[in-house]
Amino acid sequence: MTRNEVLDTSRAVVAVASTKAGAPVQLDALTRSYGATRALDHFSLDVRPGEFVALLGPSGCGKTTALRMVAGFDRPDTGQILVDGADVSHIPAQKRDMGMVFQSYSLFPNMTARDNVAFGLRLRHQRSAARRQRANELLELVGLGEHVAKYPHQLSGGQQQRVALARALAIEPRVLLLDEPLSALDAKVRAELRDQIRALQQRLAITTLFVTHDQEEALSMADRVCVMNQGRVEQIASPAELYAQPSTAFVAEFVGVSSRVPVTRQGDQVELFSRAVAIRGDAPAAVPLDALLRPEDVRVRVDESGEGVVQHRSFLGATSRLEIGFADVVIKTDVRSNDAALYDLGTRVSLELAAHDVLVTPRRLPDDLR
Amino acid sequence: MTQAEIGDYFLAERLTSPPPREARPTTPRRRRRPRFGRGIVLAIAALYFLVPLYAAMDFSLKNIQGHFSLSPLTQIAAQPGFGAAVGLSFRLSVVTLVIEMLLMVPTVIYVHLRLPRFRRVMEVITILPIVIPPIVLILGVLQAVRPYQWISSSPYLLAVVYVVLAMPFVYRSLDSGLGALDLKTLVEASRSLGSGWISTMWRVLIPNLRSALLSASVLTLALVFGEFTMAQLDLWTTVPVWIYNSSSNNPHVVTAVAMMFLIAMWLVLTIIVSLDRTHRRTKGQTS
Repeated sequence: MTRNEVLDTSRAVVAVASTKAGAPVQLDALTRSYGATRALDHFSLDVRPGEFVALLGPSGCGKTTALRMVAGFDRPDTGQILVDGADVSHIPAQKRDMGMVFQSYSLFPNMTARDNVAFGLRLRHQRSAARRQRANELLELVGLGEHVAKYPHQLSGGQQQRVALARALAIEPRVLLLDEPLSALDAKVRAELRDQIRALQQRLAITTLFVTHDQEEALSMADRVCVMNQGRVEQIASPAELYAQPSTAFVAEFVGVSSRVPVTRQGDQVELFSRAVAIRGDAPAAVPLDALLRPEDVRVRVDESGEGVVQHRSFLGATSRLEIGFADVVIKTDVRSNDAALYDLGTRVSLELAAHDVLVTPRRLPDDLR
Repeated sequence: MTQAEIGDYFLAERLTSPPPREARPTTPRRRRRPRFGRGIVLAIAALYFLVPLYAAMDFSLKNIQGHFSLSPLTQIAAQPGFGAAVGLSFRLSVVTLVIEMLLMVPTVIYVHLRLPRFRRVMEVITILPIVIPPIVLILGVLQAVRPYQWISSSPYLLAVVYVVLAMPFVYRSLDSGLGALDLKTLVEASRSLGSGWISTMWRVLIPNLRSALLSASVLTLALVFGEFTMAQLDLWTTVPVWIYNSSSNNPHVVTAVAMMFLIAMWLVLTIIVSLDRTHRRTKGQTS
């Protein structure tokens, strides 16, 4: 499905799907432990009506646990889940009115695509003709109008996830929950479905929580991204803010690419590449510090007397990434691929800071790496 | 054929045959096993099963004078007590099946879903009816229910005991059926769409366990129709007990009955398997 088809499809949603407004969701200090492992540690999050929030983090950070609690498949040890202002923490999953798309293919194997989509409507006692029509419309909407009578085993992975999405939307849920729905798909299908989900979500204005460990997915789809680590929130911000102004070293290193460069603090500044630059971050004054640099924060040029040496070069398409040995560290920066031929391995280069300020964080000592 | 002729033959073969396909490096061509070896094994196995069947069939289709006759078959229905024995075995098999399914299906699903670590314990527990001799089991049960007349005098006590006896087969069928499903995801998907537990079982799980339930049912049916020791000790005339009791009076007819049941069971099994295969082909179910 092309981008235009996706947009056409999403326009049709207005005519087909309900325009029921998305509900606000509040997760208030959720805590959940499994034995000695604390999966969620006073985790709080406010999701505005119609907002698309991605929960992003490494495996085991608690993002799926949080989503499953919202869905009603797990219960918090402490804390509350409020949907539309009402506490749903103790309401069973089948009464929460939430649509969910799972990571693994979750279609019922004994039902056709249409019967899968109509399943929730059947449970809501809709008449046979009405649910059949609505299922057909929703399948048309996700581009599967010709496959309504097929069984799951006759559909590809991407088609199955689109049916699952139609099935979740059919019940007009108050909240849409997406548990890594794209992770089992190949790159091309993933990109198509990503656009389709986002277009549908925007048109329907349905409050959506999306769990992923893929930063590209989170940054490209979400209104806001909640980065999680060890059951806690590291930062909640828009994708642009998260990338440009990470509030912690974890976020800076988990989202996008960063290089650590040792610096010495002088008041509110540090010296970097022979230049004084303002610092961000609340690092204590008396400890050794590292500056965290994005590839675009560093400019590079060929210089026989420069301090840096090109150690590695990789082609990324429009740009090429250089890894430059500088003192005892490696700094990553990008150059246009057209210019990449200038930077052969071993080429001496000089480095210059392109940013107005830099994020600093306590230096990672060898013990931290163990 | 001389050595030169053999060489010419292979040369001609090479020139006329199409170019060889590219060898697949990952799957080296297997050496062809001699077919006659397999044939011999199959023939021995077939003889092992078919000779007794043939002997029984041959015996059942002869009259007292030893001549071929269909009279043993035509006399079956008229045998005293035969109808009652078939009726009792049928009722017992239905009751056993109903209790077995009501008990085992939710239990096995619950264990798979909520207590996966308990599966090993379940395997050990369900193997016990095979380890414990039926005679020990029925004597123990009869002793235990002796004070309760209404239980001990009911033929359906046998059905309760048969439930225990069929448990190993039913558990294994259901266990493998559930193992082929992504049970947790299916249940959660169903619940997120508004389905309660009963609805999830009825509309999602049971249709996807069709094959497992069918095989469990066939095994239970065969067990109930074939069980002798317990029925004999509980003094109820089921089909096997009737066959045993009548064998001295009219051995030809009794053998014919045994053969008829064997063929009937085989037919039921074939019909169920072929129906299930057709269903799976159209719906693509996995278990």
